[in-house]
Formats: sequence, structure tokens, C-alpha cells
Amino acid sequence: MKITFDWLQDHLKTNLKEKDLLEQLTNIGLEVESVENLSAENQLFKIAKIIKTEKHPNADRLKVCDVNIGDKDIKKVVCGAANAREGLITIYAPPGAIIPKTKTKLVVAKIRGITSHGMLCSESELNLSDESDGITELSKSKYEKNIGKNYFPKSKSNVIDLSITPNRPDCLGVRGIARDLVASGFGKLKDLKEKKIKSKIKHSLSVKIYKEKGQGCSSFGSCLITNLRNAESPQWLKDKLISVGQKPISAIVDITNYVMLDINRPLHAYDADKIDKGIIVRNSKSGEEFTALDNRNYKLENGMCVISDNKGVLGLGGIIGGTRSGTELTTKNILLESAYFDPRSIRKTAKKLNIDTDAKFRFERGIDPLSIEEGLNKAASLIKEICGGEVSKINIQKNDNFKTKIIKFDPQLFEKVSGFKISSKEMFKILQDLGFKSKKEKKYFKLTVPSWRPDISQEVDIVEELVRISGYDKIKTIDPIKERTKSTLTQSQKLFHFLQRSIASKGYLEAITWSFTDSNYNDHFKDKNKEIKIVNPISSELGVLRNSIYSNLIMFMSKNLDRGFKDLSIFEIGPVFTGSNPGEQNTIVCGLSVGKKSRLSWVEKERNVDVFDVKRDVVQTLVEAGYNSDKFFVDTETPNYYHPGKSGRLFLNKEKDNVAAYFGEIHPNILKKIDIKTESLMGFEIFLDNLKLPKKTLNDQKTNFVISDFQKSERDFAFVVNKEVKAQDLVKAVSSVDQKLISNIKVFDVYEGNNIPKNQKSIALSVTIQSLEKTLNDSDLEKIHKLIVETVENKTGAKIRS
Amino acid sequence: MSDLKKIKDEFLSKLENKLNLSEINQIKSDLFGKNGLVSSQFKKIGTIAESERKQFASDLNIIKDELQDLINLKINEIENAEINEKLEKEKIDVTLPERPFVKGKIHPVSQTIDEISSIFSEIGFSVEEGPDVENEYNNFTALNTPDNHPARDMHDTFYLDEKKEKLLRTHTSPVQIRTMLKDKPPFKIIAPGRTYRSDSDQTHSPMFHQVEGLHIDKNINMSHLKGCLNYFIKEFFEVDKIKMRFRPSHFPFTEPSAEVDIGYKIKDGKIIIGEGDLWLEILGCGMVHPNVLKNVKIDPSKFQGYAFGIGIDRLAMLKYGINDLRSFFDCDYRWLNHFGFDPLDVPTNYRGLSR
Repeated sequence: MKITFDWLQDHLKTNLKEKDLLEQLTNIGLEVESVENLSAENQLFKIAKIIKTEKHPNADRLKVCDVNIGDKDIKKVVCGAANAREGLITIYAPPGAIIPKTKTKLVVAKIRGITSHGMLCSESELNLSDESDGITELSKSKYEKNIGKNYFPKSKSNVIDLSITPNRPDCLGVRGIARDLVASGFGKLKDLKEKKIKSKIKHSLSVKIYKEKGQGCSSFGSCLITNLRNAESPQWLKDKLISVGQKPISAIVDITNYVMLDINRPLHAYDADKIDKGIIVRNSKSGEEFTALDNRNYKLENGMCVISDNKGVLGLGGIIGGTRSGTELTTKNILLESAYFDPRSIRKTAKKLNIDTDAKFRFERGIDPLSIEEGLNKAASLIKEICGGEVSKINIQKNDNFKTKIIKFDPQLFEKVSGFKISSKEMFKILQDLGFKSKKEKKYFKLTVPSWRPDISQEVDIVEELVRISGYDKIKTIDPIKERTKSTLTQSQKLFHFLQRSIASKGYLEAITWSFTDSNYNDHFKDKNKEIKIVNPISSELGVLRNSIYSNLIMFMSKNLDRGFKDLSIFEIGPVFTGSNPGEQNTIVCGLSVGKKSRLSWVEKERNVDVFDVKRDVVQTLVEAGYNSDKFFVDTETPNYYHPGKSGRLFLNKEKDNVAAYFGEIHPNILKKIDIKTESLMGFEIFLDNLKLPKKTLNDQKTNFVISDFQKSERDFAFVVNKEVKAQDLVKAVSSVDQKLISNIKVFDVYEGNNIPKNQKSIALSVTIQSLEKTLNDSDLEKIHKLIVETVENKTGAKIRS
Repeated sequence: MSDLKKIKDEFLSKLENKLNLSEINQIKSDLFGKNGLVSSQFKKIGTIAESERKQFASDLNIIKDELQDLINLKINEIENAEINEKLEKEKIDVTLPERPFVKGKIHPVSQTIDEISSIFSEIGFSVEEGPDVENEYNNFTALNTPDNHPARDMHDTFYLDEKKEKLLRTHTSPVQIRTMLKDKPPFKIIAPGRTYRSDSDQTHSPMFHQVEGLHIDKNINMSHLKGCLNYFIKEFFEVDKIKMRFRPSHFPFTEPSAEVDIGYKIKDGKIIIGEGDLWLEILGCGMVHPNVLKNVKIDPSKFQGYAFGIGIDRLAMLKYGINDLRSFFDCDYRWLNHFGFDPLDVPTNYRGLSR
């Protein structure tokens, strides 16, 4: 909402200065977004006339224009607008001018070889409107005599741009802002000398509001003004509109805009001669069409609130009028509309048709339903004053009567919520200034809410008004108490943080990528999950929720490889999605490692990153998190994005309750498809939600400290087994022999080749045997040795190597 | 001349020669071996007349010590010489690089979340979470933002179905609803997490992070809100003084609502928080709207309190001098390495939040 201090003073009597005003506006919740002095910058923009156009010799779409900028001063300007033509009067910006929309400063520039001295501006470039198709067209009759003069009037006032929150439609009018300022002690509100239309002329056009379900219009006020002469607005009105960045059009349009900006009362003027028989306010029928004043053709659905006549739709009530009944300079008779439209209905229609207008913006926030007459009176008197003509009686059709809201307010609630005190007298004064009617009833206030405040419906809203106007700086500061009654993090939150830092400590850089991804990438990694589409994505490359973190991580890994980095490890901890319902997501730690270890090292031999690197990272992290690796169980069933022979699935125990992690090489086909170039690409996924939290805390586990000081002995075994047998089977077999005596098992060699039969391999284990009770003698050791060999041979079909 | 003196003189002179380790060991065994000269003399002690025995034993011990010390000294000398000779040969170039190591980093957003949690932990807040996909009710309606309310325009929402019932949460506030529906008051929670709006340009990312705060109890008023945020901002920026401004604003789920600005200035191109005349908006807050409390079956006449929402990425940018929001999610190795934190730097209150 743009205002000037000048305009505010139409409603406000104050001795205070603009500087004080800016601070006060922000203090009462009408945030000042920017303050601009348009006039200083805008004095460079001249009214100018194109006297000749030629095609640009080097560009089909460009023209070279000779532009008269006054006093026979002719400038050559290169222009790309289709409507640039001889005789057109438009707005010229010289080198040095700053274009309001882009804030760029013009310079003399060569455009495709032709020097352009300045620029011809579109309305949008001047922030006059959203019209960016072509340069501004000024009417010949009005501006011919002003060529060379400044387009923008001199204004001493700055333009103050306020960010009005959606709950305050009343402050979309200058008067509403003035009222708030007055309540906060910033001067006095001037009385509006409302000129009532005292007319005896009959309103001869019929107006009907259909009573139907979902009717979006509850009252429709109007008057007819006949025999007027639409003209250019007088200077004061033009200056006023221009001072807040609006473009003057004609007296009738300017007056309705002025009333809207001044008291937030949107109006609409129809050319009465173009209305067939009478006005009908009704729901639209599916398929109805009309062309709106934005020159777009709209196809309507059922149930949109339209203003129509015998022939069809004239306009969308409270949103936009149609071209068929629009006013022009030649218009003689008008119907002036001032109505109330339901905010929800407005919003629904505008959303469906994708229209945004000033009127819509105001109606969807809630217009003062009791301002219908005031708006008609104000506008009609101005029209009569400026355009002449006769004004008819006001006709108001109503479907519904406005119900005044009454709130019983307990003044004690104020301190209870705000934490500070103000006197009843002060409360009374503030509320009165804001337009409430208040009556004291015992310890309560009986408050009548002003009709322009749709946002106020309960006691706490009154508290808000009182705190806001008293000033938020009055709120005290009570220091928080340093006391904790509940632990900050839950067990699983602690695990999240632990895993995050544990993985990072193994050389992985933590990345955070978006939860959505490119479906092409996601396809590679979604495995058995179904794709979850976003209905309205930012772009098609971000069209689906990720089923796996790999999609994003691999894409970014590839980008980093393109930057020339070869050996990298990155990870992300975050959600992946299994469905589109709330909660259908899992927390995953996903890591990627590429390239080599010890590349170009003088001290170690370099080698490719391999499966056992990522397996170590997974296992070590789980061990650090408190899980017992002796119980881990690994098999080879992994999703299809892993190399089928070089990947594993890890469980916390043999029972295979839930998958704790996958690890392994990414499938070579995927590497080929996404064209990622590296010697080696390994990854892992840890499923945080599947990690059962241990019943005993680590603390509890620590109380049980058992060690043996008896002599331990290490025995080596070499078994020959079928190739398919897993090392894990041998280890589990050995440990099953006697868990008390066997304290450690290490695989120290795996061998295939010479001396080993085809399709078999040799696995060598070192087993540590130690008793908690005694030093084992030779015969004890011999016994257990024998048992180990027998058990392994029985369970795995292995043969001890002699 | 006694035997003892003879032995002594003979061996002292022998030991003066340049000897190697085995020669010394030979001498050692000649003297102190089973049948060595000195050992034999000890065996004789019993046969010596009582009157001379004491003197003899004493002399023998002195000679024994003297010879033994000398032998040990010689052995030491030789061993030292050998070690020195070995050390002389074993010199390496220690300026060669160490064995390769890799270092991982924690993302600044994660670090900031930990810092925030650490601060609020001190004053009794616990951490709650909610899903990224939300239903329309929790994200809007329950938060007093009914359908067709213009306030919804402030949240450009990603939807997952045509009916617009399932969406990516546009703020962390639905966690308020979930928490209050799940338990009974009082509540004192923060909820950090991912949030989404279909907005993408230099200063907006379609995904960003927020932390929600909620404190509901019997007598919590706006002074507690101010105190809590004042404490948080001071602790977070690790400064003694903070300039803070509460400004009236509007959020459908709080009443009264406020936006909070902090004072700052720019010195040598760097933002200095807590001084200066410029204001920076950093968060929105207010007293939880009675309608919200009613929606979660809490009696607003008995319980009240405040809520706030802070942009985490924004805080991280301010504290750590990061200019571009989009870079947070670009995963550029160089950026992650530069702005990331060592995993050992866990923010705690006794060690401080940052180094």
C-alpha cells in the first residue's frame, strides 16, 4: 500500500514530521517497506513524440526512432516495441535516468551498431501498471501541447510503501492508516464532510440479486449519473494518483480509484447505455464467457459471482469488469456500483481464473460492508463536480443484513497476556480512537466492533489492539529460568546426532540436498517404491519426492567430479519417502565414496576405494553407536541399484529383524547411464529407524566389567571350502563351539588357486582361546581344537587343510 | 702383595685396553664366573683365620665392587657406541608428508541446529519432530488459517495431490499441533526441521530450515516470550549485548503477533550483530491463538503461551558470514569443506557453541 504524508494529512491533523511518522507506522504494525522520492528521479522523464521510425539495419525487430523531446530537440532512440510508430506520443527517458522498475541507470549505448540516446518506456518500466507490451501510449489531445514537459508532476512528498498484513483491510485506505495513527497519539482525525446525494431523480435501471446457493454478493448499491461529460481529471486528482504511482486515465476511472485508495471502498463504473435492460447479480453457469478489462477472455465455471445483464456477463463481481460495458471518454451515462462481495467467494473465483486485481485484493480481505453509501456519495459528488450530469437516488439491493459484532471484554485479560498494565481509561481511549463503541458493564467492557474490522472477533483480538497501540516496547523482559525437567533429546534423536558425527569423523563431508529430485535420477534408485509426484513442482527436474538419498547425492557427486576432484566422500542424513501420506518417510544415513585411497602417495600404494572401505565405515559407526558387531549378520540381498556381486545387507543380529544397512558398489549400469566418471563408486545406506534402541543404556552395560588374566592361546586353522560358502558361516560356526572360551576370531587369509581344488577356496582363521576360570592345559586346548574342526566341517562342509 | 691386590692390578690393567663386548664378557666370567678368580676368593673366606677374616672380606668386597663397576661402565660405553653408530645410519627425511588422512565435516545447518538445541536445552526446552509431508489440516486449518484465507498466499505450497490435502509442510508449526494433540500441557518444545515453499530465487530456496518454539503453561505472557528470545539471540550470537525490537505483525496462529528485528551494523564488509542503527528481521512470534489451543483440545482460559518460528539457514548465514542461501544445498565440495565444522566440535554450553 503506497501513501504519501500529504495524502495522510487529508485525514490527519498533526504537528509531527514525516520522520516521526515512519517510525510510528512500523511501531503500530504498519511496516514501512520503503520510502522513495519519486519526484527527484522522475523529473528526467519527458513527454515526447516519435516523428519518424525506420527499421534497424541490423535487427528485424528493432526500430530506430527520431524522437522530439521538446523545443525541436530530436534524439535518435533504438526501440523494440511493436507499437512504436510515427506520431505516437510517449514517455522518453534520457541517459542518466533510472528506470523505476529495474533501478538501472540508462547510458548512451550502441545497440547492434546504432547509438541510442535514451529509451522509450513501457508502463510497467515506469511502475505505472503491469502493461509491458509495448511503450506507453499517451493521448494526443491531452499531451500534444505538453511535449518536452515532465511527465511526472513535482511532488514534495515521499512515497511510503507499507506492507499491510492480510488481517487489516481497513489500512488499505489512507483513512484507515490515519485512524490507527491517531489512536497511537499521532494527531487528530479530521471529520469527513460527507456530501450526501440529495436527489429526487429516480434510479431507472433495475438491479436484482438472485437468491441462490453460494451467492457471493450480499448487497449491491448503485446510482445512475446521466448526461455527464467524461474528461481528463483535474490536476489535483492526477497529481494525487501519480504521487502514489498510479496512472491517470479519465475522470470517471480516476475518481473510482481515488475513492478506493482513500477510504478502501472499491467501486465500479459501467457505461449505462451498454447495459441491456438491467443488472442481475447471479452465479455463473459453466461455459459462460466474457472479455475483461485486462483484454483477456475468461471462461467461467459454475457458481462464480457475476454481474450480468440480459445479454450475459458484464463482469466478475468485486474482481474485474468487462470490456462490453466499460466507460470511455465518450461515455454519457454511467451506473456506479458499490457492493459487498464475500471474501471467500472472491478468493475462490480469482484463484480458479488466476486473476489478481486491486479490487480482488481488497474484497478478499474484507471491505467495510457499511461503506456502500459513503462510497457512492463521495464518488458521485466528485463526478458531478468534475463531469457534470445528474445523479439519481441511491438504490441498495440487499440479500443479507450486516450484523454488528459485540465483544464482552475483560480488561484483566490484557495484563494476563501482555504482562504489563495500562489503565481502564487508556484502554477506553485507544478503543474509541480505533472506532469501537464501548460501554462499561460491571468489570467488563461491552465493545461494538467497527464494521471495517473483519479481523476482530474475540477478546484476544482486543488485547492485540491495545498492546499494538500502547507499543510493543512496553512489554517487559522476564529472563528464562535455567531449569530442565525433561531430557532435551530422545534416544532416537541422540542416535541421529551420533550417527551424523560418527560418519563425518570417518572423512565424509555432510551435504544437505533437497527432499525432492529429478524423476530420471530417482528411477535408478527407487527399487520397489512407487514414485511420489509433486503436483506443482518448481521445475520438472524437481518433480518427485526422493525415494532414496542416492539420487541427489550421486548427481552432486558427479558435479564435484566434473570440478576436478577425484577422491571424495560425502554423506547426507535425512528423510526418504515411501508414500505420500504424513509419516511415510524414513530417516537414512547415505554415504558415497569415490576414487582412490592414497592416490599419488610416496608412502603407501594407491588403490581403488572398495566395498570393504564402506563396510568398515558402516560397521565401525554401528559399533561406535553401541551395537555389538559379533552379532552382526550379513547377506547378499540388496536393491537393484547395487552391484549384485559386490554389495551386502547388514542386520544387527542373525534373526534378520530389520535391515540395518546396505553397502557396496553402485551398479555399473547406473554409472553408465548417468555418465559419472570415476575409478570406483561405493555407497552405503544406514536405516536409522530400523536400528533397535538397546534396552540397556551404554551406562548400564558398563557396570559389568569382566576380564580374564589367565593365559590365552591363539590357534590358526586353514579350511578348504566350496567357493559359495561365506567366511561369515565359518566364523559363526567357530563361535558357536564355545562362546565362553572363544574370545576372538580373525579371518587372516582367503586363497584360491594353486594347490586348491577348482571351485574351492581356503580360508584361514586365527582363533583366540581363553578361559575366565583357569589356565587351559594342553589337553583342554587339544579338545577344543578338535571340536572347532569337527563343528566347522559339519556345519559348512569344509575340510581342514593338513 | 696379597692375592687380592694381584688380581686387582692385573685386571685393572687388562680393562684399560680397547676391548670389544665379547672380550669384556670373557673378563667378566674370568672374575665372577662359577670358578672365577673373585668367586674363588669368596669361597676361601671360611678358611681364613678368624682374626683376619673380617679384613679379608672387606677388602674382597671393595675389589669386587671396583672391578664390577668398571666392567659395567665399559659395557655401557660399547653399547652406547653401537647405538650411536646405528642412529647415525638411520636418519630419514621427516619433512616428507605424513600418511594420507581424510577429514569429514558437519554441514553448517546441522551445526546451527545443534547450537540452537544446546541453547534451548539450558532453559528447559526439549526437541520434537514432525513429518515433512503434512496434511492440510495440521499445516493450515488447525493453525487458524482456514481455506481461502489470504494468509495462505504467504505460503506458496507444494502439493502432493490434486485435492490439495497432502502437502510439504510450509513451516514447522504443524509440529505444535502434533505435540499438543499427543500430550497434555505444559509444553516447552522446539522443533527444528526441513520446510518447503515453491519459491526459488537468489534469496529463496524451495527447501529451507526452520525451528519452531512453543511454551504453553498457566501464566506465560509476552514478557516471557521477550525474555526467551532475548536470551536465545544473545547466546546464539555469543555477544554480551543485543539490540532487539518487537514489531506488531500478523500470523493467523498467534495473537498478538510480532516480528523481531535485531540491530546490526556493517563494518569492513562484515555484519556486526548487536550494535548499529540498521534492523534485520530474523523471526516471527506471538501468543498462541486461542483458536489453535481449542483445536488441540486445550482450554485457553486455563493455559496460554507463546510460539515462535526462526529461519535456521538465515541464522547460519548471519553468524558464519555466508552470503548465498542457495549454496547451502549445492553440495559443492569446496563450500562444504570451507563452511563445514569438524565433527568433534559438538556445541555445548561448557565449551561454548563455537571456536
